[in-house]
Amino acid sequence: MTAFVQLLVSGLATGAIYALVAVGFTLLWQTSQTINFAQGEFVMLPAFFVLAAMDAGAPFWLAAAIGMVLSVAILGLLFKLVIVDPMLKYGVLPLVISTIALSLFLKESAKDFYSSLGQPFPPLVPATDVRFLGTVVSAQSLAVLAVAIVTIAALHLLLNKTRLGRSMQATAQNPTLARILGIPVGRMVLYTFLINGALVAIASILISPIYLAKFSNGETLGMAAFLAAIIGGFNEMRGAILGGVIVGVLDNLSAAYVSSQYRGAFPLLILVAVILVRPHGLLGRAEERTV
Amino acid sequence: MVRAAMVRAALFAAVVAAGLGLAAPLHAQTTVYIPAILELSGAGAVSGTNFRDGMLMAIDEVNAKGGILGRKINVEVLDTQSDAGISRAQLQKVLDNSPYVVLGPVFSGSVLVDMLLTQQAEIPEIVGGEGAAVTQKGDPYVFRTSFGQQFSLPKIANYIHDDVKAKTIALLWVNNDFGKGGRDSFIKEMAARNIKIVADVSTESGQVDFAADVVKIKAANADAIFVYTNEEESARFLREAKKQGITAPLIGETTLLGQKVIELAQGAADGVRGHVGLTIDAPIPAVTEFADHFKKRFNYLCDHNGIKGYTAVYIIKYVTEKMGKFDSKLFAETLHGLTISPKDEPGVLMELTFDKNGDIDRESFLGEVVNGRQKIVQILPKLGK
Repeated sequence: MTAFVQLLVSGLATGAIYALVAVGFTLLWQTSQTINFAQGEFVMLPAFFVLAAMDAGAPFWLAAAIGMVLSVAILGLLFKLVIVDPMLKYGVLPLVISTIALSLFLKESAKDFYSSLGQPFPPLVPATDVRFLGTVVSAQSLAVLAVAIVTIAALHLLLNKTRLGRSMQATAQNPTLARILGIPVGRMVLYTFLINGALVAIASILISPIYLAKFSNGETLGMAAFLAAIIGGFNEMRGAILGGVIVGVLDNLSAAYVSSQYRGAFPLLILVAVILVRPHGLLGRAEERTV
Repeated sequence: MVRAAMVRAALFAAVVAAGLGLAAPLHAQTTVYIPAILELSGAGAVSGTNFRDGMLMAIDEVNAKGGILGRKINVEVLDTQSDAGISRAQLQKVLDNSPYVVLGPVFSGSVLVDMLLTQQAEIPEIVGGEGAAVTQKGDPYVFRTSFGQQFSLPKIANYIHDDVKAKTIALLWVNNDFGKGGRDSFIKEMAARNIKIVADVSTESGQVDFAADVVKIKAANADAIFVYTNEEESARFLREAKKQGITAPLIGETTLLGQKVIELAQGAADGVRGHVGLTIDAPIPAVTEFADHFKKRFNYLCDHNGIKGYTAVYIIKYVTEKMGKFDSKLFAETLHGLTISPKDEPGVLMELTFDKNGDIDRESFLGEVVNGRQKIVQILPKLGK
């Protein structure tokens, strides 16, 4: 039972990070039909912004803030202006290919500028244990889980309880109607890119102490978050959260209780099952488009 | 008119071609081409980068002193991306340029693929791979720079049996050629000493999350835990093991006690013990001096792979100067059964001997990580002594 609780907490912590990244996937898709195949590299990069700031002498929390600002500016604003806006008018496929090219560029650039070696990354909290109900759980996992939950809750409040959030949702559901209603659609779309920039920065700061900061981290993270978004529903934020948690927990439990060799196969099996039974994802909505 | 122009063009082309033809041998005579195929990215990046930097340091030293038999070393470094297929393609590329000797790779899986090509081309290959299979295929052109698993694992097994006095052991290994070879040898050694393996956990190369593996290992409640993964995975495992409060002794090989692992593990490596074939913490002045120069030049502490790369270059230098000429085939023949002492070639740092299979024999060490540094607690003699 103790082992199960440890695995569950650890899986939830990893799953919560996947959820943050998957939410970014769904936000971009809903507002601008952007499938960002560089999303994994977007999570990899802010860790290096933080390390660069620390190398320049900044303490961790200041470096994390700098990493967040740079992430929002470069992976949010610049990404939209330089890649998405010019490419989107040619359809989804050229944009997908552009983001694949961007992922390679980011990965190789991180390698060139910061070497191919994994770099130690400071944890949010010291490596201590927390005991409850007879089990020992690491404080790091709980901290990761707490930060991820607070972030998702804040995003939920922003989207559902504020005028700005409702305008963003209206833009996602029907941009033409939103424009008629006077909502500045372009600005709303920009906000989702900025939010995605912030989400990947938070995910990066949470995951890098576990994964180490490394140029190739995006491969694993991008794939896990993409699976999570599809399993949960690409057009529903709650679905992405559920998908992230499922992938994280399932990965840990299957590795411990079924087979560590085949751990990578289990999320894929779930994906296949979901596509067969509910093609729009566990919490996603079936969408119809006029062609 | 047109004909005269064509004749002039032909003459010009002939002069250029002749010039190139003359220049090539002249260039070739002033340098010797020794390419390196290494893991500069991917799961083996720590190993490959250290090997490369040690190698480059030695090459610069040798070239500064006039090269080998008056010819400077012309090195080309190619990245395998820690992938055996890419490694083979890179090797094929350099073989087309007639290398004298090839250095690398470090991953045993890549070595096993590459050595077929170097054997066919009759070009010696000095590798960093430690997988047992590398020198068991009767290839006369492959040479190691560190112990093979068939030599290092019996030393660890003795340590677990005699010093740790473990009756049960949990085994965590990486599912690649290095890990599989190590696991098979280790299981054999444990059986011979009547030590029971109570957990046998396979992990993937490049794996990032070790929570489930540590839970399994912890549940096995073994007297000791043997970890046989590559460097970055070792660091991630150690951090997770500390997080989950593992208290059993963690024992491993050089890939668990290396300096990069200690740095990446951020305190979680303290208390780890094991056998190290090569280490900059060896109580040998030449090794200490090498490590200081390395740190000064590259601004990081070198691990055992840096020593492998460094000594490989000096092995080439010594053997070639002993032969008095550049002859790849003769090089391989000469190196088999050869002992090189630091008195004859200081760049080899420690006395070493090659056997008929290309395996290397040196002194080795038992180490422990104390306060973020590897501390050598015992020097083990050469196997041949």
